[in-house]
Amino acid sequence: MSFLLVAQQPDAIAARRAFLGKSGLLLSGAAVALLSGREALAKGQASTAADVSILNTALGAELEAIAAYQLGAESGLLQKPVLDLAVTFQGHHKEHADLLAKTVAKLGGKPVAAKAKYAFPVETLKSQNDVLRFAATLEKGAVSAYLGAVPLFGNRDLAKAAASILGDEAMHWAILRNALGEVPVPTAFMS
Amino acid sequence: MPTWFRTLAATALALALAAGAAAAAAPKGDARVGATIYERCAACHALAYDRTGPHHCGLVGRRAGSVEGFAYSDAMKRSGIVWNARTLDHFLANPLAVVPGTSMGYAGVTDPGERADLIAYLVGASNAPPCAGPPLTRGAP
Repeated sequence: MSFLLVAQQPDAIAARRAFLGKSGLLLSGAAVALLSGREALAKGQASTAADVSILNTALGAELEAIAAYQLGAESGLLQKPVLDLAVTFQGHHKEHADLLAKTVAKLGGKPVAAKAKYAFPVETLKSQNDVLRFAATLEKGAVSAYLGAVPLFGNRDLAKAAASILGDEAMHWAILRNALGEVPVPTAFMS
Repeated sequence: MPTWFRTLAATALALALAAGAAAAAAPKGDARVGATIYERCAACHALAYDRTGPHHCGLVGRRAGSVEGFAYSDAMKRSGIVWNARTLDHFLANPLAVVPGTSMGYAGVTDPGERADLIAYLVGASNAPPCAGPPLTRGAP
């Protein structure tokens, strides 16, 4: 008995092959060049429409993170030097988003745009620590999201580039925890 | 109608209902542990509001791809999935294998125990704030 209540039950593997086959987006490793800045290394590996989709989802999350930090910066709750820290981290997310968008476009996809409006739990943000904790939650989630994306890339160099971003997000999370007075790196492994 | 036929029909109906209930039954998990596992989803999801991914309040019983106003992938909209403990368990183990083309570019929660905990949290969250309470959020530019 299937665990799924599906109107049509496509064979998962066949469907995935069909999805990739129809895409017409079996691409070179040009995205690697864009992400790593080392075009000479970007050769011999294929990127797929699935890679583009993963990059676009990451781009959407990065754009939301930029908006979240903007909300924090404009809240009036952050004092220096925490405010400077938030703006710096926002700048990192802007760099991530810029490169992800360029890579998606380079691979023939359409980069997702920032939403006109994001929903955030603003009623729960009453203090600097509330903002820091909210940001830390997003950063930890970002680490997990990239960790879950890295093994999926058909292009291993894209996986490497995503892992590079993952490392940056992990540093954000640790520093935000430190600012909250919590153990900066509470575990040896992330999941 | 012969008695034996009514008995057989009733038995068949009972077995079918039992099978259906088992298919939708939640695996045993610890919702408190699941709350921690749910933190992994926080880059893209929230309980009460849509983000890069759709909100999770009211997830159980909802048809996949049906949150109004959320921009799902065509693959998710066409999946025909109705979310319950079993379908969540199957999907979360390997999202892209179950719904090829989903925007959820995530390798999945491969540990069955962790999935059970996460699903227990998601099921329980629908009956607690912010899902059961007034809207918590408002828009921000």
